[in-house]
Amino acid sequence: MMHSYEIVKNGVSRSFADGDDFLSNATGSGDIVIYLGEIPKDRPQVKSTVLLELDLDCLGVHTGEASGTEGSDVLGFARYRNGNDAPGKLIELVRQPHSSEAAIKAARQMFEAAGFDVVISLDRPGRIIDRLVRPQYNAAMRFLDDGLARAEAMDMTCRMGLGYPDGLIERTERGDLERHYDISKAIHDMTGLAEYAPSRMSCVAKQRKAK
Amino acid sequence: MTSNIKKIAVCGAAGTMGAGIAIVAARAGIETICYDMAAEGLERARAQASRFFAKSVERGKMTEQDRAATLARMKDTTNREDLGDVDMVIEAVFEDLETKRDLFTALNKVCDQKTIFASNTSTLSITEIASGCGREDRVVGLHFCLPAQMMKLIEASYGMNTAPEVFQAAWDWAIQVGQVPVETQDRPGFILNAVLVPFNNDVIRAVEAGIATPGDIDKAIKSGLGYKMGPCELLDLIGLDTQVRLCEAFYPVTLDPRASAPPLLRRMVAAGHLGRKSGKGFFDYGSA
Repeated sequence: MMHSYEIVKNGVSRSFADGDDFLSNATGSGDIVIYLGEIPKDRPQVKSTVLLELDLDCLGVHTGEASGTEGSDVLGFARYRNGNDAPGKLIELVRQPHSSEAAIKAARQMFEAAGFDVVISLDRPGRIIDRLVRPQYNAAMRFLDDGLARAEAMDMTCRMGLGYPDGLIERTERGDLERHYDISKAIHDMTGLAEYAPSRMSCVAKQRKAK
Repeated sequence: MTSNIKKIAVCGAAGTMGAGIAIVAARAGIETICYDMAAEGLERARAQASRFFAKSVERGKMTEQDRAATLARMKDTTNREDLGDVDMVIEAVFEDLETKRDLFTALNKVCDQKTIFASNTSTLSITEIASGCGREDRVVGLHFCLPAQMMKLIEASYGMNTAPEVFQAAWDWAIQVGQVPVETQDRPGFILNAVLVPFNNDVIRAVEAGIATPGDIDKAIKSGLGYKMGPCELLDLIGLDTQVRLCEAFYPVTLDPRASAPPLLRRMVAAGHLGRKSGKGFFDYGSA
């Protein structure tokens, strides 16, 4: 089934830059409404599916939670990007335990029709990818600080030994260490897990930016 | 790059890793003694090497003449005394500290004084493996990636007592045989497994916590990061029992919670869901 969608944009979207085809193909009155940028607190629920663009926040911040019984037609999403790199074709669609299956199906169909890869993530900090890779990046930077190997050796090991398209250090730096700090800190604040505590290198980058 | 290492021995040459290392050495013109306890295992490894070289001939990567000469450079033995005159021994035996220590201690009595002992360990300390063997200054880490005959990377590491010229000789040899060495300190897992093992555990914990399905995690990692293989698919390939063993090697020495085996992993292994080899892991492969 083809879904039409309407965009409500308030400020800068991290998923879709101005002029993105996805924005151009929006209609004024679709069956899905997508909020981009700052999410307004009061949103008239006039559509069957509502999508809220997420950044470092969780969906529950906008919808509320109810001890694991929450869920509605309101879903979250983010187009994955490595830090501040350009976004790719992956959409992480964020659900709550009792989110509407019909809403999930509609959102998936809409994004897939637009050429995106769609995965479903439970509403947890970092969603799927950042949840998994940020501890790895923090560890790699700590290894570097501890003198395990040079950055080039570590990156080469990732490329040649693990088949990654790039090394962990080069990827983190390319995506912006300051952004790594922000993401790690946000997840660390919500989980308290030590592996998300921002690495020294990213703290330095953050502090330099603030000077 | 030229190296003075012209003749090596591979211990554990009947195993997957040892057989691959022997192929790497022999095809680069190195006289290679393939040593293992079991003659039938060596026969199997030789047959596999022969098939591998035959494919290389088919693909135009080597001539038939080269194939015959390479196989002729590989000499099988179950007699440790045959390793006496090699320039370097590379051990790829079972990943157990005592097993490796005992091997090097025994080889110290057999091998020439100049022989370098290299360990292919992926998780153990080179310094600990060398400890007490009688030539601690001539022990070095050379960790090949699986499958060794396809993967170019070698993690090269000093033990605390390794002589610089020994490390350099092993490094030069690695380059001479067409591999790409990277230097890493003697730490648990070196670079590769220190990066990979905790990451894989994080993936398992995410599955256990219901964050996403294994299929969606793999899709996200492949699409979002451009990896060729998703982590769940990779874990199934490695074997979930192997992941448990890696955790058991790492966690006691690092006490890193990310390196501890997640409960789901242990349950899957207990249930016989070992990955591809058992036909079921995070994904179903039908009958194994």
